[in-house]
Amino acid sequence: MTTKMPTVKFTKLFINGDFVDSISGREFETIDPRTEEVIARIAEGSKEDIDVAVKASRVAFDHGSWPRMTGVERARIMMKWADLIDENAEEIAKLDAIDAGKLYHFCKAIEIPSAANTIRYYAGAADKIHGEVLKPAREFHAYTLMEPIGVVGHIIPWNFPSSMFVTKVAPSLAAGCTMVLKPAEQTPLSALFYAHLAKLAGIPNGVLNVVPGFGPTAGAALCSHMDVDKVSFTGSTKVGREIMCAAANSNLKPVSLELGGKSPLVVFDDADLDKAIQLAFLGVAYNKGEICVAGSRVFVQEGIYDEFEKKLVEKAKTWVIGDPFDSKVQQGPQVDKKQFEKILSYIEHGKREGATLLTGGKRVGNKGYYIEPTIFSNVKEDMLIAQDEIFGPVMALMKFKTIEEAITSANNTRYGLAAGIMTKNLDTANIMSRSIRAGTIWINCYFIFGNDIPYGGYKMSGFGRDFGLEALHKYLQVKSVVTPIYNSPWL
Amino acid sequence: MMASRRLSWLLSRTLSASYSSGAASLLHSLVRNSGGWRNINRFRFSTAAAVEELITPQVPIRYTQHLINGKFVDAASGKTFPTYDPRTGEVIAPVAEGDVEDINRAVTAARKAFDEGPWPKMTAYERSRILLRFADLVEKHSDELAALETWDNGKPHEQAAKVELPIFVRLFHYYAGWADKIHGLTVPADGNYHVQTLHEPIGVAGQIIPWNFPLLMFAWKVGPALACGNTIVLKTAEQTPLTALLAAKLFHEAGLPEGVLNVVSGYGPTAGAALASHMDVDKLAFTGSTDTGKIVLELAARSNLKPVTLELGGKSPFIVCEDADVDKAVELAHFALFFNQGQCCCAGSRTFVHERIYDEFLEKSKKRALKRVVGDPFKKGVEQGPQIDVEQFEKVLRYIRSGIESNATLECGGDRLGSKGFFVQPTVFSNVKDDMLIAKDEIFGPVQSILKFKDIDEVIRRANATRYGLAAGVFTKNVNTANTLMRALRAGTVWINCFDVFDAAIPFGGYKMSGIGREKGIYSLHNYLQVKAVVSPLHHPAWI
Repeated sequence: MTTKMPTVKFTKLFINGDFVDSISGREFETIDPRTEEVIARIAEGSKEDIDVAVKASRVAFDHGSWPRMTGVERARIMMKWADLIDENAEEIAKLDAIDAGKLYHFCKAIEIPSAANTIRYYAGAADKIHGEVLKPAREFHAYTLMEPIGVVGHIIPWNFPSSMFVTKVAPSLAAGCTMVLKPAEQTPLSALFYAHLAKLAGIPNGVLNVVPGFGPTAGAALCSHMDVDKVSFTGSTKVGREIMCAAANSNLKPVSLELGGKSPLVVFDDADLDKAIQLAFLGVAYNKGEICVAGSRVFVQEGIYDEFEKKLVEKAKTWVIGDPFDSKVQQGPQVDKKQFEKILSYIEHGKREGATLLTGGKRVGNKGYYIEPTIFSNVKEDMLIAQDEIFGPVMALMKFKTIEEAITSANNTRYGLAAGIMTKNLDTANIMSRSIRAGTIWINCYFIFGNDIPYGGYKMSGFGRDFGLEALHKYLQVKSVVTPIYNSPWL
Repeated sequence: MMASRRLSWLLSRTLSASYSSGAASLLHSLVRNSGGWRNINRFRFSTAAAVEELITPQVPIRYTQHLINGKFVDAASGKTFPTYDPRTGEVIAPVAEGDVEDINRAVTAARKAFDEGPWPKMTAYERSRILLRFADLVEKHSDELAALETWDNGKPHEQAAKVELPIFVRLFHYYAGWADKIHGLTVPADGNYHVQTLHEPIGVAGQIIPWNFPLLMFAWKVGPALACGNTIVLKTAEQTPLTALLAAKLFHEAGLPEGVLNVVSGYGPTAGAALASHMDVDKLAFTGSTDTGKIVLELAARSNLKPVTLELGGKSPFIVCEDADVDKAVELAHFALFFNQGQCCCAGSRTFVHERIYDEFLEKSKKRALKRVVGDPFKKGVEQGPQIDVEQFEKVLRYIRSGIESNATLECGGDRLGSKGFFVQPTVFSNVKDDMLIAKDEIFGPVQSILKFKDIDEVIRRANATRYGLAAGVFTKNVNTANTLMRALRAGTVWINCFDVFDAAIPFGGYKMSGIGREKGIYSLHNYLQVKAVVSPLHHPAWI
């Protein structure tokens, strides 16, 4: 399973336009989850490195060309960057596949080109950031300026190394910010490659810095830095809370958090059954269940429940697990040992709690972090597997009778990231859309992300939105400018 | 008599070879390069000589037929009309002459492309990629397009190549960026209803563009219409049919499906009228004269009530306050009027100068006009080429005579230059009174009228005493004066300490008889969208 090993070209910190060793000289290993072997040794950023990177960003923001360019000029550079990513899609896809255990062919055909498209979307937005002219109640002229917020700290997770990178970086670049990004320690490779391409495209030194490292050291340093104006984080709810505390205890920097979820998929009796089964299964199996909007709680109305359960299990058994470089494979390994063990322990917990294991539940093979798609039935809402985010291919299947019951159950979670609704009935769709407390509602579809579709959480799934023009607001300050006017012909 | 003979428009600095492509740097370039202009002026040569030694443009005339449904075709009648080189009045090429039948064919193609074709059904992102690819192709062919533009139109080649082509590309990047960001709203209702608005493409758009900025007017019209998912029949001005045909060809190379953009050359009373009154055209956009705009609006009313946007004439004031830096004001006022041979609908054609600085301003304006380099627009350093055609040329000379007859003081210029082509001397009138014809009518030529004023209230009243309301320039250091004037002037654009700053994001259009609607910016999208409200009842909603 060690075929098609990509050459890893970039392993150092990217600060102020150069690849540099960490100040401490320390390195950490990034591991191939297929084999548990070391892919490469990566410079390990810590507080001192973050300080240097923030300083480079600060200078680039306070004195550099990036915030002083027109949106048009920023857009041209971003467009070029996107083109370079397209040209290098194959190599980047290999890096994500080997680093995160993601499906290589899917990355190459979909994820990497989509990342380029996201950059193009925000390049197109860079010259469309409008303030407003206001309507004061007295004889004043007033308007708002939408100014870049300054130096941004981005901390991104390992499950979608490419998508997360551009989701954070592209809107903040379009807004005119400079930034320090810490990729997840599991998946530093593509982020460094993107930094290299950004430089080739003409993004000035210091505007985009990438410092690989660990959360408690590099991540914490970024969040508590007094000279960082904003932190944008995607990751677990637990870490999100620490980040917010760090921001509160330092300079009160605004924070946006895109955190965990326990999203419901609610299937009504009148749903297209085959489609519902397919979406429900993909809801937990896509990307090995390592996705914050996994449809990990599936509620099925009693009229179709039995048939649904039977076909769902059949579907799960056809699922192909193996080397993510193999084009026939549908699921690769979990990202690392820690996640792998955590998932298996949740599965054991589910069994102990009395849920029925319908299928799966075991690791696959004896090397690498492969886990079978796992479905539990007879799940009670207060069970841990129905409450906690497992972040693996594990589904909690539940039955419901009425729409009122479905609403109550769907909302019975501390999370609120997304929800899926399968029904042909317009009223049901409308009622559910407004009743579920979540940031995205998919009606008869699931996992439909789009550059123009804002995405983020209610409740403990976080706050702030990625994607869409909404995301720009995270990286903008609003300045009101007011001045008296005399003898205006209108007010 | 109709003919989309005229214009509209546009932009920024003209003649510096060091033009920076950044749109926001337009003003900066203007200030920074004013020294450069003076340098150019030192090498001024006699116009007559310049006109005698014409440079032959090294550019092929590749396309002269209509472009309908993705193919170049002859006119249904087989007829052609000549397009002329305004430097000499000689024929450049015969061009297919569109009439009712050609418009019908083009509309049929556009209708089919809209109703059945892939274009409106594509994702917005795919449309945006085609617009971006087109912009790339234009950059690649920019030498050819710029040469063709100058040949057909007579505008300085440096202006076409270094200012207008980059802005053209910029406009398509801008609209490509809009394609996937056109948002409807979800709307609060007073009751248990779910309401949303869909912003749908309006359908087949008819677009009639003028000759003063053939490519830029193409971009202003075609860019937003395509970004919104419409299909188009475009009629170019009969004076300048060439560049639109090449640009449209490049659009097809970029992947635009057939029938989405159809280009018909021809005259206003025939092809233009057929388009404006067509029952199957859903929207009409026109840039040109106010007289023609009235006809277009009437034809729309008499046919299928298609909505119309009009970008028409102007008599824009340029107001120089007493605290202004006179040298800078002179340069800017000169630019505001003489840019593009004075053939700009927003030309600053009424220069109001405060009495305290009037004499100095007048002296320097005259000197500046005398230094203006007029000649073969293909020659480096030439600031002003010929007027577009014999009709415009004679009209401008008639207005100059009218100025003299009405006892305005002719400070300089006042006649044609040379004996061939349509060159007019840069002309400055002083002692111009508000009721003189040269202060009321749009001349559309290199004729500056300088008027004196005493106080702000007076100049507001006089500046607004016009049937037009396209633009205005204000030159002052005082923030209160600037604020007062920017609200008091009844015009669609107010430039404060700058003029002709045209960026894709800045809306442009007129008050009063300067037109209806806005082009460019986010506002331009609404010209090409229908708004559909979708309402459905909500039963037991969680919130309202």
